[in-house]
Amino acid sequence: MPVTVRIPTVLARAAGGQTTHEASGATVGDVVDAIAARHPGLGARLRDAEGQPYPYVVFYLDDEDIRFQRGFGTPVADGAELVVVPAIAGG
Amino acid sequence: MAQSALAPVAAPDAASDGPRPISLVCRLCGAPAEPQPVATCEHCLGPLEPAYDPARRLPSRAELERRPRSIWRYAEWLPIAGEPIVSLDTGFTPLVDAPALAKALGVRRAWVKNDAVSHPTLSFKDRVVAVALNAAKGFGLDTVGCASTGNLANSVAAQAARAGLAAWIFIPEDLELAKVVGTAVYGPHLVRVKGTYDDVNRLCAQVADRFGWGLVNLNLRGYYGEGSKTVAYEIAEQLGWRTPDAVIAPMAGGSLLTKIDKGFRDFAKAGLADGAHPRIYGAQAAGCAPIVKLAREGGERIEPVIPNTIARSLAIGNPADGRFAATAIRSSGGAAAAVTDEELVAGIRLLAETTGIFAETAGGVTVAAALKLARGGELRATDELVLCITGNGLKTIDAVQPALAAAPVIPPKLGAVAALVNA
Repeated sequence: MPVTVRIPTVLARAAGGQTTHEASGATVGDVVDAIAARHPGLGARLRDAEGQPYPYVVFYLDDEDIRFQRGFGTPVADGAELVVVPAIAGG
Repeated sequence: MAQSALAPVAAPDAASDGPRPISLVCRLCGAPAEPQPVATCEHCLGPLEPAYDPARRLPSRAELERRPRSIWRYAEWLPIAGEPIVSLDTGFTPLVDAPALAKALGVRRAWVKNDAVSHPTLSFKDRVVAVALNAAKGFGLDTVGCASTGNLANSVAAQAARAGLAAWIFIPEDLELAKVVGTAVYGPHLVRVKGTYDDVNRLCAQVADRFGWGLVNLNLRGYYGEGSKTVAYEIAEQLGWRTPDAVIAPMAGGSLLTKIDKGFRDFAKAGLADGAHPRIYGAQAAGCAPIVKLAREGGERIEPVIPNTIARSLAIGNPADGRFAATAIRSSGGAAAAVTDEELVAGIRLLAETTGIFAETAGGVTVAAALKLARGGELRATDELVLCITGNGLKTIDAVQPALAAAPVIPPKLGAVAALVNA
């Protein structure tokens, strides 16, 4: 079962107008790579030049911030939900 | 804006030129954006900020002094064109001379910018909400909301009720009782979320994307944050159109401090405030101090933390403006300090006992951090310091109650009083 990836509306234009995507991978980084291969414009807003999480988005795997786990190396289970939200929010 | 400075502020008539949110620009990449209830740049996901017309006419000191005493006297630096129609009477809180506190801190002079008496809900959040709700009105939105650690919830609920807007307000489930009651009383849709503020914030980022509401600190954030600049404008005006040597403010998301820095720069650029740009100092609780860490160690990225402090209004482990706040501190020549929960309670008591002002936990953090920075030599004996007290102590009495001596209970007899007096 693939992973469901939800991106904010502000990124949908770079992803064929869709905010919900499906992809497979063993880690969050693999899933992001799979999405980026399909939508290169979106990929540039998910990863920086070093392949690390783009600094103005935050990734939540099943509601948990991946920065408190293993970042892009965090393992992903089948059926998981990966939510991407803009980092500039709140306060 | 033709009223006298002391006249009551009446609701505007229906025929007035209503609020029109101005255009936006990305702080990172500079891309322009139309006025819209969206806070992030579609190109780089950087924060959108209002794009003020650099050629706009700015008022003189004399003109400003004739205007009503509210945040709206600084309308040329706020992101609402036309006339604001709601929350017209927020702002212009006292700047209180505090000689006994100055002596305790070891600085030449201390002032307290007292937003503990802000109208209508006793915190600086009234300023930002006043701006955001006029933006919401300008966009024709009928529902507003927020993710909040408490003070913002109070302010959105109260000001939305007054403005006739529906409100959806999301808070961590274990917030202080006073802040829950002080929100629920206004009749919003109040939702308690299992988790920390950062969990609430993430949820609300998705809510803002889904429902088309005006969440003041999410999709209206570009407009909302600008209200905090009025703290700096008021300080400069209340000091007689000049800057202090130093300003210290608490940091949660980091926006307030960033906007205070911007506010002083606005007035310097307009020739309205004499003196050098103040050194900006930031305060956090040790149990949630990611911005202090970044300000001290440098770097580009905030390392998020899981908060563990009684200063709930500052308990944001993933501060959106942390990087910008750290930059403002360092570039101004200021510094940052974190204090323990015990120190912040002592800070609340020091402020109360020297100024007669009862601050919430964030105010205790600010005072305790000022003390720490003064003792460490970061603040100087020659400094004139302004302490930004951003919320009222009646909202967080549980934090300070255990530290206070129990009052004696006596029978209604004069002899019992005499016994106490002579004890």
